[in-house]
Amino acid sequence: MTISTIKQEWFSNIKGDVLAGIVVALALIPEAIAFSIIAGVDPMVGLYASFCIAVVIAFTGGRPGMISAATGATALLMGSLVAEHGLQYLLATTILTGLIQLAFGFGRVARLMKFIPRSVMIGFVNALAILIFTSQLPHFEGATWVMYAMVAGALAIIYLLPRLTTVVPAPLVAIVVISAIAIFTGSDVLAVGDMGELSQSLPLFLIPNIPFAFETLTIIFPYALGIAVVGLIESFLTAQIVDDMTDTDSNKNTEAKGQGIANVVSGFFGGMAGCAMIGQSVINVKSGGKGRLSTLVAGVFLMLLIIVFNDLLVQIPMAALVGVMFMVSIGTFDWSSLTNLHKMPRADAVVMIVTVAAVVYTHNLAIGVVIGVVLSAIFFAAKISKIYVQGIMVEGGNKKVYKITGQLFFASVTEFTKQFDYKENVDHIELDFGQTHLWDDSAVGAIDKVILKYQEEGKKVSVIGLNDESHALVEKRATYHKPAAKIANH
Amino acid sequence: MYNRILLATDGSEHAIRACEQAVQLAANNPNASITVLYVVDGATSKTDVLHHSNTIDLEQSRREKLTISERRIKEKDIAYDIEMLHGEPGPTIVKYANENRFDVCVIGSRGLNSLQEMVLGSVSHKVAKRVECPVLIVK
Repeated sequence: MTISTIKQEWFSNIKGDVLAGIVVALALIPEAIAFSIIAGVDPMVGLYASFCIAVVIAFTGGRPGMISAATGATALLMGSLVAEHGLQYLLATTILTGLIQLAFGFGRVARLMKFIPRSVMIGFVNALAILIFTSQLPHFEGATWVMYAMVAGALAIIYLLPRLTTVVPAPLVAIVVISAIAIFTGSDVLAVGDMGELSQSLPLFLIPNIPFAFETLTIIFPYALGIAVVGLIESFLTAQIVDDMTDTDSNKNTEAKGQGIANVVSGFFGGMAGCAMIGQSVINVKSGGKGRLSTLVAGVFLMLLIIVFNDLLVQIPMAALVGVMFMVSIGTFDWSSLTNLHKMPRADAVVMIVTVAAVVYTHNLAIGVVIGVVLSAIFFAAKISKIYVQGIMVEGGNKKVYKITGQLFFASVTEFTKQFDYKENVDHIELDFGQTHLWDDSAVGAIDKVILKYQEEGKKVSVIGLNDESHALVEKRATYHKPAAKIANH
Repeated sequence: MYNRILLATDGSEHAIRACEQAVQLAANNPNASITVLYVVDGATSKTDVLHHSNTIDLEQSRREKLTISERRIKEKDIAYDIEMLHGEPGPTIVKYANENRFDVCVIGSRGLNSLQEMVLGSVSHKVAKRVECPVLIVK
């Protein structure tokens, strides 16, 4: 990295970056607290994570102007781990998540992104939105009308205030107003302080207090792998969106390594794993943030606010946070995929819906992505496995030419071999592979089978039109042109 | 005579009506040229990136939104170019229009009622207030 790129990425937009960073810090607080509650840990864990990740990623990330912190996508994966094994295991998992992401980054994982179809990505964000929404519903259990009124009030402020002014983030105003109402009316609705401890101290370096045994690894590794994958998918998607918004390019493998380092640091300082945030990054860019400075300011200012306003933070009613989470959920959901569902190709729509269903059923975004990718791979294989064989009689009925069109591979060979009439009354058979590509051993085997069958019937068979790659494969693997060839060889 | 015409568009029906007016302004003026400006805002970025597998695909789908306007302009043999910018539509159009000294700016209005305008905000209104050249708002 040269001096001029450092200057460009850090100091080319100081005023815009500082202001945007402050706006993002204000918007981050309610989300960091709410995501901690989703994960089942004290609010401090999410706040420390957001501070550590934002500060570290400012230096190590590959996409200047992108905001990373504690997120819903990763928090949703942690719930059962925290419930069964406690916070220390979560911190160890966070460090392991970082190490896995670091390894992925060195393994240039970003190029694999192109294999995740758009329908799976749409399913991913929609499932995330649904899970964030449903994770808020338990807060309504046994709640009085006051809770409902406060949530409605928070949402009204969140959606109507931006029409009047966009200087302060509307979710923050909603939190302040609803908190003020709760404090002054002395209402006894649940507050953040009731959900766990909120300390005023800076994060400290700590090694997670877990037994260093293989058994521990077997517990945390599946969680760490899932969080690492989900974190990188959301980070890459966010990076693409920021790339588009700023009309610039970014290094995705550097971003993967940066996310890894940020999570390792977060784990050692008592934070949970996080990743890039679509909503916050959009807010940052829209508020004028472009450079790394904006992310750094967001992290530092967030910590400052926690220390200064600690007493107030514990009094924020849960109702206000629930309102903010509803907004996050609505903003995350891809509404255009609902209105355009009937226009989407049928297979894409099925993949999208199955991805959402898998996530909602398993509460695990990573599983949903894997199922979605596998399903779309099957659909793709089915789509290109259609093979057409057309037979034409020539030379007065002595010779029959078969024109074969399509991809010949393991999924299309059965269809292929069925389309020949081996008993027909001609002397010479010509197979024209000009419009075909042979991809694997199954393809060669199928050709062998067809030709040997014709030869058994005493017919002369010739093969034409193989492209170079297919020809090389046939030369290497086929048996029909070698002496003593038999169908039994296959 | 209006020589340098800026057509701010989002590819919608309203924008196509605005395009027809821009074409009329340029008709019979051999010196006239139209710059078609399309601004991609943050919310659009998110949806567009989510729905297209790569940047080539994305670029093409955005160009396609402008094809009807492009065809109308081509039919009349008017010189034109296309500009795609990223940012908040209102301020971005204003900045571009003022920096590039256009003679007139043509923009479609969504025809919102006052409630919708309060909730959705009116880009054409913002542009009309702050662009230095004459602005033609097309209903």
